[in-house]
Amino acid sequence: MTNSAFGRSNPSPARKRPAGRVLSALLAIAPLVMCLALPPAAAQAQEQPAASANAVGTAPDGSKTHGGQEASVDDLGKYTLPDGTPTYRIAPDGTMDWFTYSGYRRYHAECHVCHGPDGMGSTYAPALANSLKTLTYEQFMETVVNGKKTIGVGTADQVMPAFGENLNVMCYMDDLYVYLKARADGALDRTRPSKREDKTKAYGENENQCFGRK
Amino acid sequence: MRKLACAALLLGVAVYAWPAAANDGLTKIIKDPKQWGIQTGDYANTRYSKLDQINAGNVGKLQVAWSFSTGVLRGHEGGPLVIGDVMYVHTPFPNIVYALDLNNDGKILWKYEPKQDPNVIPVMCCDTVNRGLAYSDGMIYLHQADTTLVALDAKTGEKKWSVLNGDPKKGETNTATVLPVKDKVIVGISGGEFGVRCHVTAYDTKTGKQVWRGYSMGPDSDLLVDPEKTTALGKPVGKDSSLKTWEGDQWKIGGGCTWGWYSYDPETNLVYYGSGNPSTWNPKQRPGDNKWSMTVWARDADTGVAKWVYQMTPHDEWDYDGINEMILTDQQFNGAPRKLLTHFDRNGFGYTLDRVSGDLLVAEKYDPAVNWATKVDMDRNSPTFGRPLVVAKYSTEQNGEDVNSKGICPAALGTKDQQPAAFSPKTNLFYVPTNHVCMDYEPFRVSYTAGQPYVGATLSMYPAPNSHGGMGNFIAWDNTKGKIVWSLPEPFSVWSGALATAGDVVFYGTLEGYLKAVDAKTGKELYKFKTPSGIIGNVTTYEHGGKQYVAVLSGVGGWAGIGLAAGLTDPNAGLGAVGGYAALSSYTNLGGQLTVFAVPN
Repeated sequence: MTNSAFGRSNPSPARKRPAGRVLSALLAIAPLVMCLALPPAAAQAQEQPAASANAVGTAPDGSKTHGGQEASVDDLGKYTLPDGTPTYRIAPDGTMDWFTYSGYRRYHAECHVCHGPDGMGSTYAPALANSLKTLTYEQFMETVVNGKKTIGVGTADQVMPAFGENLNVMCYMDDLYVYLKARADGALDRTRPSKREDKTKAYGENENQCFGRK
Repeated sequence: MRKLACAALLLGVAVYAWPAAANDGLTKIIKDPKQWGIQTGDYANTRYSKLDQINAGNVGKLQVAWSFSTGVLRGHEGGPLVIGDVMYVHTPFPNIVYALDLNNDGKILWKYEPKQDPNVIPVMCCDTVNRGLAYSDGMIYLHQADTTLVALDAKTGEKKWSVLNGDPKKGETNTATVLPVKDKVIVGISGGEFGVRCHVTAYDTKTGKQVWRGYSMGPDSDLLVDPEKTTALGKPVGKDSSLKTWEGDQWKIGGGCTWGWYSYDPETNLVYYGSGNPSTWNPKQRPGDNKWSMTVWARDADTGVAKWVYQMTPHDEWDYDGINEMILTDQQFNGAPRKLLTHFDRNGFGYTLDRVSGDLLVAEKYDPAVNWATKVDMDRNSPTFGRPLVVAKYSTEQNGEDVNSKGICPAALGTKDQQPAAFSPKTNLFYVPTNHVCMDYEPFRVSYTAGQPYVGATLSMYPAPNSHGGMGNFIAWDNTKGKIVWSLPEPFSVWSGALATAGDVVFYGTLEGYLKAVDAKTGKELYKFKTPSGIIGNVTTYEHGGKQYVAVLSGVGGWAGIGLAAGLTDPNAGLGAVGGYAALSSYTNLGGQLTVFAVPN
């Protein structure tokens, strides 16, 4: 099936950034439709205010976030910037947020066979630790859901599959994003995040709902 | 056709009468060292050539005779074929075939380029490699990425027939070569990371019609086993030997893929190959031994019925895919001549079996770093005879889901992946390209969607700790004793198939792009030349116009191209080591080139 058909359908005017709340949205009856209900990426990207700095910075509370912006946390353990984009957050004592750690794990199961360990790329897929320096949150979501084809140009054909129907990816979109953003911003080097927050109860419940598990 | 095969199984006899003269053509070519008719050189998969014009005395003078660009910049596995005055070169996706005129400086006689849906590209795990063509009776066989098996007229490139072996939309793809045996062509399939239930299929060489298909798991009728006559370590496998070792319907998405190499023994009429990892990589989601994944198979070439099976890694917990080649040799074992099968498994054990009976004779580590099992139980009276004795600390099953098991050797790449070894009857040694890489492995729960990756584990890999710091070795192995004779450290995994020759030289390629020649007895380096890109292809030799040539494809990629391109994490980097990552990208770049070498007159 073509993911673009339903991936771009029904943008919710009530929520400007529904994908920013993927896990919450998954509480809904039709989790996939909700989590794919993204506005067209290009249009959305243009509306977006410029990021304050495309690098890791120190937030007022002493933690490390994207651009050093203040991040609020929800009951899932997800940190969000004032503009609604999820972010990694490293506490002053070095503790990594759960989403970034989870993103590390999921990346190295679903993505690394093409994009290489630690987002470093391979001989046939780009280094996402670089791509996320310029790719917006919406562009990232759009690409993962719908895939991407670069055929007949450049050094070799590159095709990324559409993961829109793959729960192992769809249930962890924000996790993957904040992990790769942490890599792109230089907030996380090529190591497994060691000191981290625990998985929250709400996160675990959401995860089960997303997979349709009891 | 499966029904017919089952009838054969029940009766215990072949239902087909085969023309005895079928495929004399390939047998003759295999016997002629001037030509190279199938990827493995011969049916026994020895990758040994009787040519000796290039030898230990003059190999140092080797020079590039000519070269050819394939026009594709992806991982180039496999190697060219040489039939008479024509060389056949294949490429990764889109799987172009070139026929080159050796009498005319490699002029292109014909080119075949299939039209394939590019959506197959991301379904192929780990690059769009293809391990090459096979020749038989005037036809060139190409098994495309999208699982289309094509028979081309070797003279004109005209397509004679084609047949679809699988469905890429379900994650079924192909990277392997095929093996023509008599009037059939034996074909495998990939998709272990997509929950495919894999199989081996024989097609009629004349028509492309399916003759038999044997699955790696499922009911006996799908496996093509005879519960009473098919044996495992000498004992009948019994009824439902596979189904009993899976929980629920997991076997239906059970993996056991067949993307490796095939060998054939005309005397036993058996085809030998290995089946791959069970799906998913999370062992907790598939309790049981998961038979017959990770298994050495011996199937009757005519009926597909298995004569014997041996499961090397029951209930895999590390992705130690069992697909590596089975090398068939007739050697002295304990003072008596014996028909042997030698196999270097991903799991780090080098196995020697009796290929007639399937009896296990030797199982020893061919890299001292291997630690996930202490040994394979060789006590015939033990209830665990033939099974690896797993070390609890490295058991991802025992440590459980969401636990990171650290320091497991080898990594999922295996101590050796598909890159085939060679055997020289002059030295009685096996020459084995190996990986020297370890890993951390953390399994977790995943859900299955048809045509989507179904992995279920996170892993990170790094050079074997407390060793030479490199990620590979090229070793000489004594299969009767289970001992390493010599070992050459390499900075990167050796991902190129070896070639042994009667000139007492062994050739292999490296990921930096070197073609190397070493002394077959001592391992001493005699020659090296840096080709334009990393070598993951297999070295081939042939003779034309009275002169011996050595040929190899360059073009870095494959699984080696992931990770190694950017460098693997060095576990010592945190201890202050300089240059924590050995990045292959500092040494080589993408390429697609055939380089042909000769000693100048």
